[in-house]
Amino acid sequence: MKKYTWRTGVLEAVMILVTAAFVFPLWLLVSVGFRPSAEVSLNPVAPPSSLYLENFSTAWEEGGLGPAFINSIYITAISVAILVVVGACASYYFSRSRGKAGLRWFAIVAAGMMVPFQIGVLPLYRVITDLGLAGNPVSLIIFNAGIHLPLTVILYTGFMRQLPAEYEEAARVDGASSFQTFWRIVVPLLLPVTGTVIVLDGVSIWNEFFTPLLYLGGTPNVTVPVQIYSFVGEFNTHWGQVFAGLLMASLPILLLFFAFQRYMIRSFGSGLKG
Amino acid sequence: MVITTETPPRSDTRPRKAVRGGAAGARIPFWFAVPCLLIFAGVVAYPTLQGMYYAFTDWTGLGSDIHFNGIDNFVKLFSSPEAPEALGHTLLIAASVTIIQNLLGLLLAIGLHSKIKSRNVLRTLLFAPVVMTPVIVGYVWQFIFVPGGPFASLTESLGAPVGGLNVLGDPAFAIWGIITIVIWQHAGYSMVIFLAGMQNVPDELLEASALDGANAVQRFFWITWPLLRTPTLINVTLSLISSMKLFDQVMATTQGGPGNATQTLSTLLFSEAFLYNNYGYGISLGLIVFILIAVISFGQMRLFRERD
Repeated sequence: MKKYTWRTGVLEAVMILVTAAFVFPLWLLVSVGFRPSAEVSLNPVAPPSSLYLENFSTAWEEGGLGPAFINSIYITAISVAILVVVGACASYYFSRSRGKAGLRWFAIVAAGMMVPFQIGVLPLYRVITDLGLAGNPVSLIIFNAGIHLPLTVILYTGFMRQLPAEYEEAARVDGASSFQTFWRIVVPLLLPVTGTVIVLDGVSIWNEFFTPLLYLGGTPNVTVPVQIYSFVGEFNTHWGQVFAGLLMASLPILLLFFAFQRYMIRSFGSGLKG
Repeated sequence: MVITTETPPRSDTRPRKAVRGGAAGARIPFWFAVPCLLIFAGVVAYPTLQGMYYAFTDWTGLGSDIHFNGIDNFVKLFSSPEAPEALGHTLLIAASVTIIQNLLGLLLAIGLHSKIKSRNVLRTLLFAPVVMTPVIVGYVWQFIFVPGGPFASLTESLGAPVGGLNVLGDPAFAIWGIITIVIWQHAGYSMVIFLAGMQNVPDELLEASALDGANAVQRFFWITWPLLRTPTLINVTLSLISSMKLFDQVMATTQGGPGNATQTLSTLLFSEAFLYNNYGYGISLGLIVFILIAVISFGQMRLFRERD
C-alpha cells in the first residue's frame, strides 16, 4: 500500500536480524556434522574448517539410515494413498447424500480428531498381533490409515461442500452412474484439496515417532525418527556423528519443503494440525 | 477442533445453490462411505472405546488378567504426587506456549506483512521448523542446551556462574527449555495463519484511515486486529491442543526429567502404560487429556458460532 521508505529499510534490517537468530539451530544442523566431534566439543558454534565427511559415512553405516528411509517412504506413500482414496470416496457420500445421514456420519468421523491416539494404540496392537502382523510395516499403515482419516475427511468434505453440483447434475441427467460421475466429474475437481491432504498427512506420518516406536521398535522395519532415536542413544555425545545423522534424516523433508515452499505453506495455512 | 478448509476456485459467477441434498434425482450409494467407516470403526472407534474401558480396570497391558476396578485409577491418579505434577506441567506448557508463540507469530506476521523485499525468503526460513521431525528438533536443541554448549557459553559470558546454565539438567529451568523448543518449532505456523488473515484486511480501509491521520499503531488496533479474530482463535486452539499432547520433543531431550521436572501427561502415560506395565492407570491419564481437548474444542466451536 505504501512505497519503500527508510522506515521499511529499518524494518527489513530488523526482520533479517531476527530471522538470522531464529535459524541458528538450522545453521547448527547443517554445520556441526561436517566437523570432527573432538573439535565440536571445544567450540560448538564455529563453522567447519574443512569439509570433514567421515561423520557421514559413520552415521550412514552405523545409523542404519538406508533401510529406515526405505521403510519410511514405503509406509508414508501407502498410508497417504489409502487416505486419499478412502477419504475422497467417503466425503463424496458425506457431502452429497440426500437427507441428514451423510452429515451425521461425517460428524462422527470428524469427532475422531479429538481423541488422543494413545488411548487406542495398545488395544489396536493386540488385534494386530492376533492377525499375525506384529512388527510388520502393515501394522503401522493400518494405524495411519485410521488415525489420519478424520482430518482427511474434514478437508475433503469441506472442499466438496463448496463445489457447485451443476456438473454432477448434468452428468446424471446424461445417464452417468454415481461411480462414473464421481470418477469423471468430481475427482478431477479435487486436485487442489488432494494436494493439501498429501502435504498435511504426508508430513505428519513421516515425522511420527510414538506409534512407530511402539509397533516397530526393535525390528528391522523401523522408520527414520525411530532409527534416529536409537542411533542418538548409541552415539550420545559424539556430536559430529549425531549431527551428520540428523542432517541426513532431515534432508528429504527439508529439500521437499524448500522446493515446494509456497505450495506447502499454503497447504498448512488452509489446513489444520493437531 | 479447528476447521479451516481450502475452498475451490469459483468457476462461475452464478449464485450457487445449496448443494447438500445432492443433485436432483441423484442418490449417492452408501457404499462410497463403507471403507472409511470400516477403517474408522476398526482403527479409531473400537480400540479407543476399549482403551477407555481399560482406564477403569487394573489391566497391566500384558496377558488377559483384567479386573474392573471402578474409579480406583482416578483416585490413585489424583492422590499420587506425579500425576497432578504432570497435569500442572502440561497446563504451564500449554499456557506459556500459547501466549508466547502466538505473540511472536503475530509480531513476525506484522513484520512480514509489509513492503520489505526479503519477505518471501524470511517467511520460508521462519516456517521451515514446522515441517521438521520433532525428535530431530529435540536433539538439535539438546546440543544447544548441553553443558559446555552454545547456550551455556552464552550465559556464562553474560555473567552466569562458571560453566553457564545447564538448562535441561536444572529442574528449575528444564521446563522452560522444553517450552522454548516447542515455540521455536511452531512460531512459523502461527505466523503463517496470521499472515493469511492479514491478507483479508482491505488495503483501502487502511489507506483511508491513514489519510484521516491514524498512525500505524492505531491502524493496527482499530482495523487489522478486529479482523484477526478468526486466525487468533485458530492459532490459540492449535497451540492448546498440541501442547496437551506434547510428547516427542520431551522424549528426545529430558524424558520427563530431571526428576519429574518436565513430566507431561503424555510422557507419564507412556512410562506407566508401556514401561511399568500399569496400562489401565496410564490410560486413565489419556482420558484426562481427552477431556481437556474436548473442553478446548467445544469452547472454540462456541466462540466460532457466537461470531456468526
